[in-house]
Amino acid sequence: MNAHDEDRIKTLLQQALPPMEGEAEPGRDLWPAMLGRLNATPDAELKSGWAWFDGALAAALVVLVALFPASIPVLLYYL
Amino acid sequence: MENAASDVLNLFREGNSATVEAAFETLFRLHQRAVYGWILRIVRNPSVAEDLTVETFWRIHRAHARFEPAQGFEGWARRIATHAALDWLRAQRPGSELSTEICGELAAPATGDPAVSAEIRLKTARAFGRLPPKLRIAATLAVVEELPQKEVAAALGISVAAVKLRVFRALRLLRSDLKRQGITP
Repeated sequence: MNAHDEDRIKTLLQQALPPMEGEAEPGRDLWPAMLGRLNATPDAELKSGWAWFDGALAAALVVLVALFPASIPVLLYYL
Repeated sequence: MENAASDVLNLFREGNSATVEAAFETLFRLHQRAVYGWILRIVRNPSVAEDLTVETFWRIHRAHARFEPAQGFEGWARRIATHAALDWLRAQRPGSELSTEICGELAAPATGDPAVSAEIRLKTARAFGRLPPKLRIAATLAVVEELPQKEVAAALGISVAAVKLRVFRALRLLRSDLKRQGITP
C-alpha cells in the first residue's frame, strides 16, 4: 500500500466515521452507579485481589517439583 | 489550587481508608467527564461509554496503591480507560461492533464528500468494525479522531512506532476488506 492509497483510505474512513465533536457529557450522574459497583465488591477482594489464585499456583508448583524433580530445569528455563 | 489537587492525589495514593474514599469521590467528580468523553471516542456508544466509565473508575479505585501522583492522574486514568474500552471491544462478537444506531446515522447524508454514497460509508464502517480491536482502537484515535500519535501511544502504553505500525496494518486490512466487497477507494 503506497502513501496515496493510505491517504485515500484514511479519507474514506473519516467520511464513514466522523470524529466525535464537542465536549461529551454522560447522560446521567454516574456516581450512584459507581457507589453500587464499589459496594458490590467485597473489601477482601479489593485488598487481596488474586491472592487465592497465587497461593494455589504456588502450591501446585511445590507439588510438581516434589513429585518430578527433573522438571526444575524446565521450570527455570521458562521463568 | 494546584496544592489542593496535589493533596487529593496524595491522599488517594497513601491515605487511610476514609481519606482514600473521599479523595476518590473528588477525583471521580473532577475527571468523570473527561474519562467518559475519551471512552466515547473509542466505543461511539453513549450507554456503553457510561458503563465503561464506571468500570474504569472501579479499576482506578482497585489500583490506587499503584498510582504515582508525580505522573499525574489524567494520563493514568486515560490509560486505564483505554484498556477498559479495549477489553469491551474484544468481548464483542466479531462483525457486530457497530451498533445499528451508528450505522443508521451513517446512512443519512454525512458531513463528508457527497460523492461518497451512504452505502459505501456504511460498508466502510462495517469493515472497520471487523478489524482486530487492537488495530481498530489505534486507527480510531489516530485517524478518525486525528489525535497526535504521541497521545495515542501514551494511552495505549506502546511506542509511537508501534502506533504507526498498528494504523498502517489497520488501513491495509480495511483496504483488503473493501476490495473484496468491490469497493476501490
